[in-house]
Amino acid sequence: MALTEMHAEAVAGVVDRVVARYRRDPSCMVQILREVQEACDWISPEAIDRLQLTLGVPRTKIEGVAGFYSFFYTQPRGKYRVLFSDNITDCMLGNRDLRDQLCNSLWIEPGKVSEDGLVSVAMTSCTGLCDQGPALLVNNYAIGGLTTERIDRVAELIRERVPMSAWPPEFFRIEDNIRRSDVLLSSDLEPGSALLAARARAPDEGLLASNMRSWREGLPSGIGGPVAVLDEIKRANLRGRGGAGFTTGLKWEACRNAQLKAGAQRIVVCNADEGEPGTFKDRVLLSKFPDLVFEGMTVAAYAVGATRGFIYLRGEYRYLLDHLNAVLSNRRREKLLGENILGIPGADFDIEIHLGAGAYVCGEESALIESLEGKRGTPRNRPPFPVTNGYLDQPTIVNNVETFAAAALIALKGGDWYAGIGTRHSAGTKLLSVSGDCLRPGIYEYPFGISIRQVLEDCGAEDVQAVQVSGPSGICIGPDEFDRIIGFEDIPTAGAFTIFNNSRDMFEVARNYVHFFQHESCGFCTPCRVGTSLLKNLMDKLHKGAGSPYDLAEIEKLNQLLQSMSHCGLGHTACNPVLDTIAKFRPAYEKRMMQKDFTPAFDLDRALAAARQMTGRDDAAAHLTTHNGGAA
Amino acid sequence: MSQTLTLDGKSIPFNDGETIIQAATRAGVFIPHLCYHPEFKPHGSCKLCTVKVNGRQTASCTMRAAVGMVVESDTEEINAERRALTQMLFVEGNHFCPSCEKSGQCQLQATAYHLGMMSPHYDHFFPNRAVDASHPDFLLDFNRCILCSLCVRASRDVDGKNVFALSGRGIDTHLIVNARSGKLADTNFAEADKAAQVCPVGVILPKRRGFAVPIGERKYDKQPIDEIVAEGK
Repeated sequence: MALTEMHAEAVAGVVDRVVARYRRDPSCMVQILREVQEACDWISPEAIDRLQLTLGVPRTKIEGVAGFYSFFYTQPRGKYRVLFSDNITDCMLGNRDLRDQLCNSLWIEPGKVSEDGLVSVAMTSCTGLCDQGPALLVNNYAIGGLTTERIDRVAELIRERVPMSAWPPEFFRIEDNIRRSDVLLSSDLEPGSALLAARARAPDEGLLASNMRSWREGLPSGIGGPVAVLDEIKRANLRGRGGAGFTTGLKWEACRNAQLKAGAQRIVVCNADEGEPGTFKDRVLLSKFPDLVFEGMTVAAYAVGATRGFIYLRGEYRYLLDHLNAVLSNRRREKLLGENILGIPGADFDIEIHLGAGAYVCGEESALIESLEGKRGTPRNRPPFPVTNGYLDQPTIVNNVETFAAAALIALKGGDWYAGIGTRHSAGTKLLSVSGDCLRPGIYEYPFGISIRQVLEDCGAEDVQAVQVSGPSGICIGPDEFDRIIGFEDIPTAGAFTIFNNSRDMFEVARNYVHFFQHESCGFCTPCRVGTSLLKNLMDKLHKGAGSPYDLAEIEKLNQLLQSMSHCGLGHTACNPVLDTIAKFRPAYEKRMMQKDFTPAFDLDRALAAARQMTGRDDAAAHLTTHNGGAA
Repeated sequence: MSQTLTLDGKSIPFNDGETIIQAATRAGVFIPHLCYHPEFKPHGSCKLCTVKVNGRQTASCTMRAAVGMVVESDTEEINAERRALTQMLFVEGNHFCPSCEKSGQCQLQATAYHLGMMSPHYDHFFPNRAVDASHPDFLLDFNRCILCSLCVRASRDVDGKNVFALSGRGIDTHLIVNARSGKLADTNFAEADKAAQVCPVGVILPKRRGFAVPIGERKYDKQPIDEIVAEGK
């Protein structure tokens, strides 16, 4: 009893400290929950009691948010919470065997907590270490390059209850693996120089203008420093690097022109929720070129007249947080952030970092904004769009990390220079996150227009069966299409480039992606919530050998429904990997069609597995021979 | 109301700021829906009210009407998709109409009839959901929840209580109540609450009121849902 009370007091102390640091602001709910969990290992009912009291919000709100994100636990999950990355590249490198090895040596079942409450081991979506997998997270800190030796060592450290701060530092070393650099990755931008260049383009107005909307609002377009920056961005023909490829200049202009309500401000958000399986270029940009990204955000703030900035960093990149905060502090010291930037009165802009907590859907810009506001990451109904009604109903631009980095370069060197790189329809360069079956996985920067074939040659990929470009929501390319090019006019991409050689089963690739979408569906709309589960069940049915042409037709019908009825891009694209692989790798599906006629997915013998486990039997009499796939 | 749009070939008027479903309802045209309720802010989650606007599917409860819009609603293609969504809702939860007190008054059931749903089609999920009978006057049967969030909105926006909310994610999304115990009895939920009256299915039910109206004589038994809504009842 006394112990429980002490515990509740300790928890209340943690909650009070965290809540005070976030100014008792419920819109920081996701950050508050994350920090409470980092200190307490889980979000206990006592913690929620205290949050309810100190934040003055209903319990339902706290539990609703805590229940949405994969990395928040409202049940104890152990002192050490191990999550194995389950991207297809991790699978190809044997992540299941490594997980089972760890579970065996810790005497636990996957997904469960050890009896002494010390440790849990489970799976998670791609952690963005595809070029150095297999990978896992321990209490949200990433460890890559897993081997059986490393797993043995991890098991030992956990068993001996070694605090994570005392684990071998080389476990946590993440490589950048930059294999090919172009203008972006070879830039050595002097912090502040892009801002100065932007300001120099309009010496009469300067940064001041961007922050004095009241009088600038009346100016005809084409006058003023911010407009000069916008013009450069437009001249550069810069398009968003997060996948959708929206014209950056138009987005910024719409935000700049949006009416401000009294007391409101404009917001710049950097989308670093790099959740698309197979993508890891933003991780490298942020770890190696943070100033370039922050400078791009400040340039954007100048152009749109924003005073507040956010970086929404995916929870899997927790290990980058302290480093990034240090860079931000440095920029404040150098007068590149904060009040009166570069000494100009009224030029105010600052950036804070919010961490995600394991939700792919938060990469969708309106879901990201909901999450920034401390809510469940559910995509909003649109219109209105974020450029007019974004963060806390204020005009907001959300751009990808790479877009801001490119914007900084454009501010420095001009739009014409940038537009001269790449192709006529796709200006500039693109970072590709290359992984899978190749000799040299890592980051490759190319001018747009590069062919798939050239990338494959450069990274040392042989005997290639397929390339998944832009992740599960992108497209799957077969060898007859390797002369196609990366660019908005042909194959647009957010950057993932996952290679499969001829030994890979493309059905299993698609099945992995379908499982991913099912796990990441936010559950808001009926077609995606239920449809992704039905799709997963059908793919599993084929996998188990109970598939028939009927099921393939069902899959195609579901695809149609998801595409037409879903609320957001997640549902719209959830079928892409299946549709593509059915169209291009049909034999992989034909092979699975083991039944000629409809066969139920339910298998009585398999359903008895739990009973066999409970009774410790596995003899012939404990099995049923059924007439469907189960007998095989 | 000089502005009009075209709905299934008919010209219908609308006011500034009205959504397609609002304009349609006023014109006496029924568009199937479950999470939409004229008294609440539209949610746009069930997707039953999806229509084709200028050739592209969109939820009619959230899409503002605009001059010259060409909207298709009552077509075989769209109704087939709505039917599939209804089937999804049936297999996602545990809906046993013959033993449900809400049978005949249930919007999900009535909509399924309206759309000509003859079977659940998909494999049932048979989720394991506990019933909450803790409250002296009300029963919560989560087996029938379709996550429309009408009770959430009613409790928050009308009752000012926040008794209900959604938690979990994806297929694990579920309704929770505002109590540490997770039990309705430990909330300030009351019979007079708007939230007690808005459930379109049989989740929130008053206790000790069974078969007050015999099956066969209930609301949707007597008249199909499209006629009732179109007549503004």
